[in-house]
Amino acid sequence: MKALLLRDLQLATRAGGGFGLGLAFFLIVCTLVPFGVGAGGDVLSRIAPGIMWVGALLACLLSLDRVFALDREDGSLDLLATAPVPLEGVVLAKAAAHWITTGLPLVVAAPVFGLLLHLPAPALPWLVLSLALGTPALSMLGAFGAALTVGVRRGGLLLSLLVLPLYIPTLIFGAEVVRMGAAGQAPTTPLALLSGITLAVVAAIPFAAAAALRVNLR
Amino acid sequence: MSLWEYANPVKFMRLSGAVLPWVSAAAAVTLVAGLAWGFSTPPDYRQGATVRIMFLHVPAAMMAINAWMMMLVASLVWIIRRHHVSALAARAAAPVGAVMTVIALVTGAIWGQPTWGTWWEWDPRLTSFLVLFLFYLGYIALWSAIEDADSAADLTSVMCLVGSVFAILSRYAALFWNQGLHQGASLSVQAGERMAGTYKYPLYLCMLAFFLLFIALVLARTRTEIRRRRAAALIAREARS
Repeated sequence: MKALLLRDLQLATRAGGGFGLGLAFFLIVCTLVPFGVGAGGDVLSRIAPGIMWVGALLACLLSLDRVFALDREDGSLDLLATAPVPLEGVVLAKAAAHWITTGLPLVVAAPVFGLLLHLPAPALPWLVLSLALGTPALSMLGAFGAALTVGVRRGGLLLSLLVLPLYIPTLIFGAEVVRMGAAGQAPTTPLALLSGITLAVVAAIPFAAAAALRVNLR
Repeated sequence: MSLWEYANPVKFMRLSGAVLPWVSAAAAVTLVAGLAWGFSTPPDYRQGATVRIMFLHVPAAMMAINAWMMMLVASLVWIIRRHHVSALAARAAAPVGAVMTVIALVTGAIWGQPTWGTWWEWDPRLTSFLVLFLFYLGYIALWSAIEDADSAADLTSVMCLVGSVFAILSRYAALFWNQGLHQGASLSVQAGERMAGTYKYPLYLCMLAFFLLFIALVLARTRTEIRRRRAAALIAREARS
């Protein structure tokens, strides 16, 4: 699993691997929104939590179709399926690699983008914390969607149709954490629910994703 | 004699062929009678004539959820016992459920306009129905995207299981996110009745009608799917010989 994780990370950081594309996409979203809604400070700071979370969601979605598709094309997915590591472990490693290449940069860069959108200063630590707790669930659910659609040619649109509804609970609680943080309250309840979702997803979804992969490799 | 015998397509076709005309006729009669009775009820003292939208709205909303539940059970049966009829029934139910969801949303909007003064509100119930509709769309799209029938049945079943969990999760997450405008349930087993008999009995009849309608549609669509399978098998056999 570790070797698989390192391999995926290396592939992502090499030329053409798409590392940082998600981050750039996030930056573009954060740049475009003020053009759309006007640069007035209070509107922007009011909607900033939502924008940040929706942006993170879309940035995560962007790189999902490569999670399994490339490995299937060159046949390495068949090798992985026959490897001693269970397929559930493969899914977990793949999702972890996806999170490290797209989720983690977002978490690190989020405070800067938050400043860009006039997010109130007390909300910044909550933004980082909520993204750090929530984005693993996004990657894991995305891996599930990618496993479902790996056999479909040009499955990108279908993938987003399948995955985005699954993101709704995470989005609700994640944005709620930041919103409550911005209002100066202690957002422990949504934070606990968010972590609960992430833990449950990481624990249960690999089995569903592996089942889908097995069907697609038949 | 067990229920599983009807997993055999031949037996299923025989039984459903015998039952379908009766169910369809019963659905038609109850639907016409229920709606006629419902639309001739006196106007409500506060909501006026718009209260009659209820006779479409409530049964459609009920069936939208029940259709998904039926798909969930059928998917489980397919995963566990691999009966093809079950997978085809789940596939057949999805568009019906999606249409029920649309009916509930549209009639809800038409009802909401005069009573709440808005077509749409981000209320937990409305939001979760929209989310349910998205799940239906994803399910239907996944079915039509995969060519191999057995793989499609497997993948959509897995998607249905995961989707059910997340649909329920979204429902309660939305409740957390925004307390709503929609009234609570007026008919409830535990809390007792909070609706006058003038409206209650036509509503029950309409619910029965929608239930029968759903069964008739799903049976008819499942039969079509089985026939399509058979035709495809025949064509494949022709091509081989």
